[in-house]
Amino acid sequence: MTGAATTNPGHHHHSRLLLAPSVAMLFLWMVVPLAMTLWFSVERYNLLEPGKSAYAGWVNYRDLLTHRALWVAMGNTLLLVGLVLAVTLAFGTLFCLLLDQEFPGRNICRLLVIAPFFVMPTVSALIWKNMLMNPVFGLFAWITHSLGFGAIEFFSRMPLLSIVLIVGWEWTPFAVLILLPALQSLNPEQVEAARLDGAGPIALFRHIQLPHLLRPMAVVAMIETIFLLSLFAEIYVTTGGGPGLASTNLAYLIFRDALLGWDVGRASAGGVIAIILANIVALFLMRVVGRNLEDLR
Amino acid sequence: MRSAGQTRWGLAIAGWAIALGMFFPILWMFLTSFKTEITAVATPPVVFFHPTLSNYYAVLERADYLAFAKNSILVSLGSTLLALALAIPAAYSLAFFPTRRTRDILLWMLSTKMLPAVGVLVPIYLLWRDLGLLDSVFGLILIDSISVLPIVVWMLFSYFREVPAVILEASRMDGATQTEEVIHVLLPLCAPGIAATALLSIILCWNEAFWSLNLTTVKAATLTAFTASFSSPEGLFWAKLSAASTLSIAPILIFGWISQRQMVRGLSFGAVK
Repeated sequence: MTGAATTNPGHHHHSRLLLAPSVAMLFLWMVVPLAMTLWFSVERYNLLEPGKSAYAGWVNYRDLLTHRALWVAMGNTLLLVGLVLAVTLAFGTLFCLLLDQEFPGRNICRLLVIAPFFVMPTVSALIWKNMLMNPVFGLFAWITHSLGFGAIEFFSRMPLLSIVLIVGWEWTPFAVLILLPALQSLNPEQVEAARLDGAGPIALFRHIQLPHLLRPMAVVAMIETIFLLSLFAEIYVTTGGGPGLASTNLAYLIFRDALLGWDVGRASAGGVIAIILANIVALFLMRVVGRNLEDLR
Repeated sequence: MRSAGQTRWGLAIAGWAIALGMFFPILWMFLTSFKTEITAVATPPVVFFHPTLSNYYAVLERADYLAFAKNSILVSLGSTLLALALAIPAAYSLAFFPTRRTRDILLWMLSTKMLPAVGVLVPIYLLWRDLGLLDSVFGLILIDSISVLPIVVWMLFSYFREVPAVILEASRMDGATQTEEVIHVLLPLCAPGIAATALLSIILCWNEAFWSLNLTTVKAATLTAFTASFSSPEGLFWAKLSAASTLSIAPILIFGWISQRQMVRGLSFGAVK
């Protein structure tokens, strides 16, 4: 018996009060800024022109929706989330299959593999930008030079892919962190039985290991999506959204409108669009996680 | 047929190659922090060199580094304590007095994380400005604790749920009040889980970048903001950047390595037991 309901009514009444502070904090956090964002988004409001704010109707939305920048940023946002998810899940699973095997020093290997997850994003981005991907002094430039090719201009030629590379490196360890224990929780007898039936490693993976990993994979996808939809620090430190709009995502576009252009109305309209996008994704993801709570019903 | 020994060696080589490959950027940064600025940018890269601690002295002598570090410590500890203070009663109530709505409350809490920070950047910035919280440690603590709160509640809930209610009832029979019951029975029983939760929260707050880049400038700026300042031309000083980065990530990396096994359960939202 775990967490069984007690029948003491006094305690029960009390327990609501214990929940109240957390619920109130989160409720305020959701409602107040959300209402303000909605309100500002229909205002003409620029911090550089104080006292000139006025109701503007749909102007901010019209401006945003008819401007190329928003669509490019939206596309980049989805592309970043999609590509990083693909990279981290694929490599995460591959690394897990390997780390699940017995070999000397595999515990140390696991610690080394998960390390990047604990590095702060600004530091990760700077290590890659300066020491590895710099086209003059970077290590990658030296490697491509010694192989007889020129240096790759990572951030001017393929800014979005460069960011995917950095962020993929940061989040693959997270996939390993979650998927490895899941893989190890697989019943060894089941695996042994499949082996005795003559299942090769590929059949074993497809029919036994992969189905077992699907739910934790969904959780990895959910958590990563939450963080990746608002990906900011890596872009801020490396490309600054450029060249042009090539690596600007919604988060960076709103930041630019808000804290570089001081256009509150326009940034808020962008914020509302970001919230709508996140909710569409969330709707799908919450269902998946909800299933993990089914035993509470 | 390959022998079992050969397969084992193949696995070991592949495993170590991946591990070292993933760790390489961190290792390279660590090595660079002991180089001089000239050897740091040398082509071809220098692997064997006379190590120097001068970069660390240089970073620590900059009075502002310690101020940033102090802010990072205050913010991550403060946010974690505040989040725990709010979440322990909530998780206790959810785990031991479940109602029909428990599942909905948990999912709703998680759904607040779906509200992208950037969607509310403008109102939070203006509110914080009007409340005088811009560039203040307390302002950052407040926002970080709210942003980790759902995860902290979820993690604690998953640990509390495994404590048999009978144990708490027994202490109640002995005349303990609810507060005593939580402090003297539940918290000690769940100490490892609470420690893992606290560590995860500290890690998330320590590495949090969005709010510290946007809501702080000088006074309350944390190490994430400090290292970001190296993206400017100052970043050409790779050896010093590496020393500053090593100092900024070392404590958290060690925390992470210690607590990773316990953290997984809470992070996976029930998918891994």
